[in-house]
Amino acid sequence: MTVREIFESMDYGPAPEGAAEALAWLVDGGDRYGHFIDGEMTAPGDGFLSRNPATGETLATLTQATQADVDAAVAAARAAQPKWARLSGHARARYLYALARLVQKHSRLFAVLETLDNGKPIRESRDIDIPLVARHFYYHAGMAQLMEAELPGREALGVCGQIIPWNFPLLMLAWKVAPAIAMGNTVVLKPAEYTSLTALLFAQICQEAGLPKGVVNIVTGDGAVGEMIVSHPDIDKIAFTGSTEVGRLIRRATAGTGKALTLELGGKSPYIVFDDADIDSAVEGLVDAIWFNAGQVCCAGSRLIVQEGIAERFHEKLRRRMNALRVGDPLDKCIDIGAVVDPAQHARIDAMVRSTGGEVFRADCPLPEGGCFYPPTLITGLEPADPLMQEEIFGPVLVGTTFRTPAEAVQLANNTRYGLAASVWSENVNLALDVAPKLAAGVVWVNATNLFDAAAGFGGVRESGFGREGGWEGLLAYTRPSGKSRKLSRIEPLAFPETPRAEGMDRTAKLYVGGKQARPDGGYSRPVWSPRGKLLGHAPIGNRKDVRNAVEAAQGASGWSRTTAHLRAQILYYIAENLEARADEFAQRIANMTGQTARTAEAEVAASVSRLFTYAAWADKLDGAAKPVPLRGLALAVNEPVGVIGAFCPDEAPLLGLVSVMAPIIAMGNRAVLVASEPYPLAATDFYQVLDTSDVQGGVVNILTGSHAELAPQLAGHLGVDAAWTFSSSDLSGVLEREAAGNLKRTWVNHGRARDWMSPDAEGRAFLAAATEVKTIWVPYGEG
Amino acid sequence: MQTDLSARAVSEDITAQLPQVHEPRNPGMPLDLDWVMSAQANTSAIERRAATLPGRRSVKKDHQAAWLLKAVSLIDLTTLAGDDTPGRVRRLCVKARQPVRAELLDQLGMEGLQVGAVCVYHDMVSVAVEALRGSGIPVAAVSTGFPAGLSPYRLRVAEIGESVAAGAREIDIVISRRHVLTGDWQALYDEVAEFRAACGDAHLKAILATGELGSLRNVARASLVAMMAGADFIKTSTGKEGVNATLPVSLVMIRALRDYHDRTGYRIGYKPAGGISKAKDALTYLSLLREELGPRWMQPDLFRFGASSLLGDIERQIEHHVTGRYSAAWRHPMG
Repeated sequence: MTVREIFESMDYGPAPEGAAEALAWLVDGGDRYGHFIDGEMTAPGDGFLSRNPATGETLATLTQATQADVDAAVAAARAAQPKWARLSGHARARYLYALARLVQKHSRLFAVLETLDNGKPIRESRDIDIPLVARHFYYHAGMAQLMEAELPGREALGVCGQIIPWNFPLLMLAWKVAPAIAMGNTVVLKPAEYTSLTALLFAQICQEAGLPKGVVNIVTGDGAVGEMIVSHPDIDKIAFTGSTEVGRLIRRATAGTGKALTLELGGKSPYIVFDDADIDSAVEGLVDAIWFNAGQVCCAGSRLIVQEGIAERFHEKLRRRMNALRVGDPLDKCIDIGAVVDPAQHARIDAMVRSTGGEVFRADCPLPEGGCFYPPTLITGLEPADPLMQEEIFGPVLVGTTFRTPAEAVQLANNTRYGLAASVWSENVNLALDVAPKLAAGVVWVNATNLFDAAAGFGGVRESGFGREGGWEGLLAYTRPSGKSRKLSRIEPLAFPETPRAEGMDRTAKLYVGGKQARPDGGYSRPVWSPRGKLLGHAPIGNRKDVRNAVEAAQGASGWSRTTAHLRAQILYYIAENLEARADEFAQRIANMTGQTARTAEAEVAASVSRLFTYAAWADKLDGAAKPVPLRGLALAVNEPVGVIGAFCPDEAPLLGLVSVMAPIIAMGNRAVLVASEPYPLAATDFYQVLDTSDVQGGVVNILTGSHAELAPQLAGHLGVDAAWTFSSSDLSGVLEREAAGNLKRTWVNHGRARDWMSPDAEGRAFLAAATEVKTIWVPYGEG
Repeated sequence: MQTDLSARAVSEDITAQLPQVHEPRNPGMPLDLDWVMSAQANTSAIERRAATLPGRRSVKKDHQAAWLLKAVSLIDLTTLAGDDTPGRVRRLCVKARQPVRAELLDQLGMEGLQVGAVCVYHDMVSVAVEALRGSGIPVAAVSTGFPAGLSPYRLRVAEIGESVAAGAREIDIVISRRHVLTGDWQALYDEVAEFRAACGDAHLKAILATGELGSLRNVARASLVAMMAGADFIKTSTGKEGVNATLPVSLVMIRALRDYHDRTGYRIGYKPAGGISKAKDALTYLSLLREELGPRWMQPDLFRFGASSLLGDIERQIEHHVTGRYSAAWRHPMG
C-alpha cells in the first residue's frame, strides 16, 4: 500500500514487537530446558514441546519431571527451609527486592517471552502481567521486612508445593512465590506445561539475585507432575490455581494428610449493568472483562446481566464495539485479542458455543489464517437454566440475560456454584454499595472490572476456592501459629456401668433445631452415665435427616448475617448473663459428666462466660481495611460471614468447647450447626435453654448430639454448608476434608492435635479469620 | 435525512473541508431534556479507557507517516494572539497551503497536502481570506466574545454576522459556561440556536470550554444540547482555559456525537483544541476517533485539530520517516 492509499483508508497496518531477544534467549538456553532444582538447571531430559499458539511453531523442548526430580526438588526445598526462615525479615526482603528489580530490568524479555508462549497480546503482558509481577515482589519484600514486628507468633509453614495455570504464567508464579518466600517458606513450583518458559527465565533471575539454593525450585511437566507434588509426603502446603475440577481432586487427595491447602479456581462472574450506568463505559468495561486474555481469565466477567429497559440498546452498542475489536498476532502492538492457548482449548470453546440455543453473535472482525484464534462472541437471550449460563467457557465468549429489579439482579448473579468476582455498573452510589455486599464473590468491582493489586486480596467463595492472595489476608495462607501442640486422645462415651444408678425426675434432652427442641429423626437415644455409674440423662442420637433439618434451619436464619454487629454483641452478652445465672447448675453438670472436681468445672463455666464476652467484644471490632492500591478510589477489604458453619465441638470441654466454637461463628454473623461433645453432650442440651432465653433468633444456633464419626460425612458433605470445622477427639479431619470437596467448603480441622480451651490461644483472631471471608470491594471514584 | 441544499450552492469557493459538501447539515432538533439528563459519564472508567488507549493502538512506518499526514490535513492552523498582524497571518496562510516541505511530500506521493483551515480572530479574517484565495482552505473565525463569551449578547450575535460577511466559512463560537454550571439547558440551547441562525451558511463550531464545565457529565450534556441546537461541530476549548483538550473529555464528546448520530442520523464534527502539540498525541486522538466512531469521521469535514505547534512536531517526524534520521526544527519553514 502506498502512503496515499493508507491516507485514504486510514488502516492500522502491522506494528509488531520484536521477538529477536526472546528467541535469542531460547537459543542461548539450547532450546532445551531441564528443571531448576537447588539453585541449578538440571540437564534436559525426556519431555514435551512448548509451542507458540499463534503460529504452532515450537519454541523449546521441556523436560517432563520424574518422581526422582520431584523428590530432589522437595529435598532441596526442605534442606533450604530452616535456614531461609531463620534469616532476618530484612535479609529476605533484600532478596525479594532484588527479584522485583530484576523483573523490571528484564521486563520486555519477560513480556515478549510470555506472549510467544501463551498467545496473549503483547500489550497485556507488557502493561499488565509483568508490572503486576514486579509489584507483587516489591509488596512482599515489604511483608518480609515487617514480618517479625507485625506477625508475632506466626511462622512459615515449611515447604510449599505450588501448581499454577497457563493463563497468567508469570503473574501466577509471582502470586504464589512472593508471599511464600517472604514468610520464610521454600517452594517447589510447577508451571503449566503449555507455558513454562517465563518460569524458567525466572529461575535465571533467582540466580542473578543470589537467592539461596533450594528456596525456589521449579519442575516442569503435565498433570502427573502436579500429582506427584500434591501427594508428596514431605510437602507442608499445596497452593493451586486452576480448574474447579482439579481443585476438587486436590482437596480429596490432600484430605487428612495435614497439608495446608489454598485453591483459586474457576468462575462465572456476573457483570451487572443497571439502567442508570454510564452505558458506553460499561460496554468498554466488557472489553476488559471478557476479552482480556481472550476470556481465559478465572475472574472474567463472563455473565452479562443487564437491566431489561436498556438491554436492547446495550447489546447493540456492545455488538458494534465487538466489531471494532482486532484479533491477531499477539506480538502486534495494535491488536486486542491474541490466540487462545492451545488447539484443545479452542475445540472446547467451539463445542460449547455450538451447543447453545441462545442468539449467537460473532464479531465481524477478520481472524488470522492458521493459529489458535477464536472470534469475540456474544450469546444473548439465555436463562439461568441454560448450561452456558452455569458452565465456565474460559474463552472470548460472553453470555447474557436481563433483570427487572436490583433484587432480581442479585438473585441472578448469585445463582451459580462459583463465587470469584463480580462487576456492578451504576452511577447511583446507594445502589452500587447496596448490591456489592450482597454478591457471592470474593472480589467486587464497582464501575470497573479486572483491577488487581498486591495490596488487595484476591480469591473466591463457594466453588471458586478458598484462601486469599495479596494483602495481609494473603499471608494467612503461608504462615501458621508458632509453637508445638500435643496429641489429642479419643474420649469414649462412658459405657453402661457395672452398678447403674438412676435418681430424680427424668429430664428429656433433645436436639435444638431452628430455635425449637426436636426429637431425633431416628428415634434413638443414648444414656449418659457419670464416671460413678449414675444415669445423668439420655442424649438423642442425631442422624443425616437431623443434619438436613438443622442446616435448613440455619439457612433460613440468613437474617442474622444482616443484623448489626452491635446487636450481635448485645445478644452474646445476654447469653453470657443468662449462663452466669445458671453457673452452678452447669458446673454441676460438667463435674457429673466428666468426673472433674467442682472447682475445675466452675472454672470451665467462668471461662465460658468470659469467652462469650470476648466475642461480644469482637463482634463490632474486627475492622475491615481500605487498601492503599495505586488507584484513585477505594479497595475495601470487608469481613463478611462465611455463611452456615458446621462444627464438631471439642469432646473434652463440654461447655467451654461448645461456647468457644459457637461464639466466634455467631459473632461474625454466621449461623451454626454444632455437634456437641460426643461423650459429654448434656451441657450442650442444657445450653439451648440459655439460648432460648437470650433472644437468639431461631436457626442461628442449632445443636445436634450423637456420633461424630457418623455425622461427619453428612455435615461435611452437605452442599448447603459453607464451612466445616472439627475439634473432636474422633479422627474426623480426613473425612471432613474429603467430603468438603463436594462444594469446596472451607475446612478447619485439628489433625488430631489438642488445644487447651482454657488458654487465651483458644480464642481470638484465628477463630475470627475462620468465621469470615475477606471480600475486596473496589470502588474507583472521581468526578471532573 | 434532510439535506440543506442551500449550503451546497453558496459560492465558487466551496471546499472539501466543509461538512455540507458531504453530509446533510445538522438542522438541530427540539431540546430533549430527558435525553440530556439521562447522559452519564463515569470519570474513572473514562480515564481508564483513555489511559490504556495509547497502549492498545499503534501505527508504524508507512502507516504512521500516512496517519501523520492525515493529521496535518485535519489541522485548523491557528493564531489567536493579541499581537497578530496582517503579515503574521499571511505567513501562517502560506504555511497552511504548504504545511510540509514539498520534497518530503513528493517522496511520499502526497503532493498538494494542505491543512484543514486557518483559524483567526475577526479582524484578521479578511487578510486570511485574501491570502488563501484559490487554495480551497476555509477561514475560521473565533467569535461571540471569544474566549470568555461575556461581552454583550447582541454584540456576540452581531460579531458572527460580521465575520461571515468578511468571508469566514466557519465560526467558532463560545458558549456561556454559566448556563451549564447552573443547569440552564434551555438558555444554552437558545443561545447556540441563535448563533447558528446568525451563521447562515457558514458552519458553526461550538466551543464548550470543557475545562470550565466542572465535570465530564456536564461535558456530555452540554455536547448534546449544542448538537440539538444545530452545531455543526463541537469543540473542546478555546485554548485559553486552564485545562484544554484531553483524551477523557474527547471520549465523552465523541460518544455524545455517536449517540446523536444514532438517534438523528446526522454526523457532527469534533474538534479538540489546545494542548495537542506532539505527533504521538495526534496519533492517539486519531485512533480514539477510529475506535469509537470509525474511519468516516477521520476526514476534515468531521474532525479538526485546533493546534498551533503540532504541525512542527509532525514535520520533524515526517522527515525522520523519509530520511531515517532525526530532524531539527529549523529545517522546516515556520508558519
